[in-house]
Amino acid sequence: MAAAVRGCGGVWCWVWQRGAGGSASRGQRAVAGSVRGVAVPAGKSGPAPWVPVVGLEIHAQISSNSKLFSGSEVQFAAPPNSAVSFFDASLPGTLPVINRRCVEAAVMTGLALNCSINKRSLFDRKHYFYADLPAGYQITQQRVPIAVNGTLSYSLCTDNKMSQMVTKTVRIKQIQLEQDSGKSLHDDTRSQTLVDLNRAGVGLMEVVMEPDMCCGEEAAAAVRELQLILQMLGSSHAVMAEGQLRVDANVSVHHPGEPYGVRTEVKNINSIRFLAKAVDYEIQRQIEELENGGTILNETRAFDSKLGCTVPMRDKEGKQDYRFMPEPNLPPLILYDTKSLPTNMNHQQVVNIDWIHERLPDLPSVKRAKLVEQYGILPEHSFTLLNEDGLTEFFENVLKHTQMKPKKVIGWILNDLLSYLNQHSLTVKESPVTSSILADLLNLLEKKEISSTAAKQVLLELWKGEGKTPLEIVKEKKLELIQDQEALEQICQAVIDGQENEVMAVKAGNHKVLNKLIGLVQRKTQGRSNPVLVKQLLEKKLLG
Amino acid sequence: MRALPLGRWLRGAVRARSGGPGRARPAPGSPQKVTVEVLDHLEHLALVDFRDAEGVERLQKAIQFADQLHEVNTDGVEPMDSVLEDRCLYLREDDVTEGNCTKELLKNAREKVEEYFVAPPGNIPLPKLEERETYLQSS
Repeated sequence: MAAAVRGCGGVWCWVWQRGAGGSASRGQRAVAGSVRGVAVPAGKSGPAPWVPVVGLEIHAQISSNSKLFSGSEVQFAAPPNSAVSFFDASLPGTLPVINRRCVEAAVMTGLALNCSINKRSLFDRKHYFYADLPAGYQITQQRVPIAVNGTLSYSLCTDNKMSQMVTKTVRIKQIQLEQDSGKSLHDDTRSQTLVDLNRAGVGLMEVVMEPDMCCGEEAAAAVRELQLILQMLGSSHAVMAEGQLRVDANVSVHHPGEPYGVRTEVKNINSIRFLAKAVDYEIQRQIEELENGGTILNETRAFDSKLGCTVPMRDKEGKQDYRFMPEPNLPPLILYDTKSLPTNMNHQQVVNIDWIHERLPDLPSVKRAKLVEQYGILPEHSFTLLNEDGLTEFFENVLKHTQMKPKKVIGWILNDLLSYLNQHSLTVKESPVTSSILADLLNLLEKKEISSTAAKQVLLELWKGEGKTPLEIVKEKKLELIQDQEALEQICQAVIDGQENEVMAVKAGNHKVLNKLIGLVQRKTQGRSNPVLVKQLLEKKLLG
Repeated sequence: MRALPLGRWLRGAVRARSGGPGRARPAPGSPQKVTVEVLDHLEHLALVDFRDAEGVERLQKAIQFADQLHEVNTDGVEPMDSVLEDRCLYLREDDVTEGNCTKELLKNAREKVEEYFVAPPGNIPLPKLEERETYLQSS
């Protein structure tokens, strides 16, 4: 069976089939398509391997002005209970009225994920008791959701250097519209819960992914791609830190060829990084439990980010019986396309799937391909550009103001700018070095007024954000390249005169020693000589 | 014929009545009693307390009353889940038209803390049947 290494960084992944010479070459390991991974606990050679199975349930808050079934505002961090209508508070005599924008957002998302849009979908009630769900039920779409059977493609690097990328797909089971619940603040000291209903009734799209993933890295990559898609569509801001994107992971393990194992549900995952950790921890926990002769309970566990582990959740003991029933107050949701468009219906009452399809913006995968084609950068560069919020705009702004080729500029963006930002936990928007400042610097380099080493020095100064322009710093620190060729020739001659042995070696055919001479010239000029020019001059003098 | 989805335990208790044309139905006997397991399950789910024999009897009568629905022959009839099924679902424009009535909403609250509703600390699960003081114990 062909090896299925997909860059799972977990300790328990390894290549099954080793080539004759030892570990398989990288070419053999890059496998495209959805190959499921195989996990083996590290250090063990005897016992049968484990296959982890990971499925995700993702709730994305719809980006809209008002809520799914009422006209109260969708607002993050509003004063408690100030964005709540009578319907949201479940007061008697109120009825749901669906928000057109939420329907469109769900259709957009379904189309972007290659789903079939159900022209007729239904609403149901899902019953459970909790203080932040005043009605005692949530309106959702359990029987016939708005979109089904889609796919999401995402990429993984097969090693940590991002030089080999592999495309994987995960099937989307369905997308459904449903209400969000309110928020509970637990006050353990006074043994009470404070309830804020501002979030109650906000529209959610639940995206259900089939269990096609096998480790934390895959789950994280899939969610990241979904997040980018949602943000590009504008159907959700999908910021995990603000609760606009919530992920629950379903994890189980089994031996190859055997039926799937008991699965646990992991909740309380607050970032994509934690998602990978939570999934990997849970896989490891289950493997260890089973290898020690224990069993896995079909339970809900919470991820504790401080301890990096999952713990059973108190409130979710016992299996829930949601007693689903059709929502009697809502007739079926009917969507149209150009063929089925009714002729005498009010425009405002019609959602046309084809109309929405025509107006879908470029998806991340399309944007990346365009960047690669337009600028000649590598695919992995395009991934980094899209992954960092605002970086693509920054890159394109720099290109607008400089003559330097995109292939060179991208190096400065990814190696110098981005690494600094990451080191100091800054976003692109917070960068003290703006795109125009960087463009000015790169122009100095491009016009050969400074060397690239000097440019890096200037950049270091620019990070301080003291408001000086690159040119000012160059003049201040005297970093300009010596333009006077005669003066440069004299310095080269001086170095040659002082290094008899090296000169003899070069003349004898050892050209590598030339680099030492170049270095000496650089030192003499305090880095202000153009190494290419120096090499030319030295070669001319020594080799005629 | 499709029964209302009241939970799989109750389906067993539902008996078809005789009287429909040409359909084989079991003979009508006394309707099956609701079991203790079902009642316990309901107490957990709905947090009701059946309290005494009268409470259980009331439930039993309610089920019997609803069972009368089975006297209707619904062969070949699509189940209806809303009388609005032929209506169009009205789509509302995405405008903010409600909210900002914190004071009014909190008027009904028995307890409040700084404009938050106050509720007990999370769901306290009912203890198991054997450990509860409930009428059902003696059933």
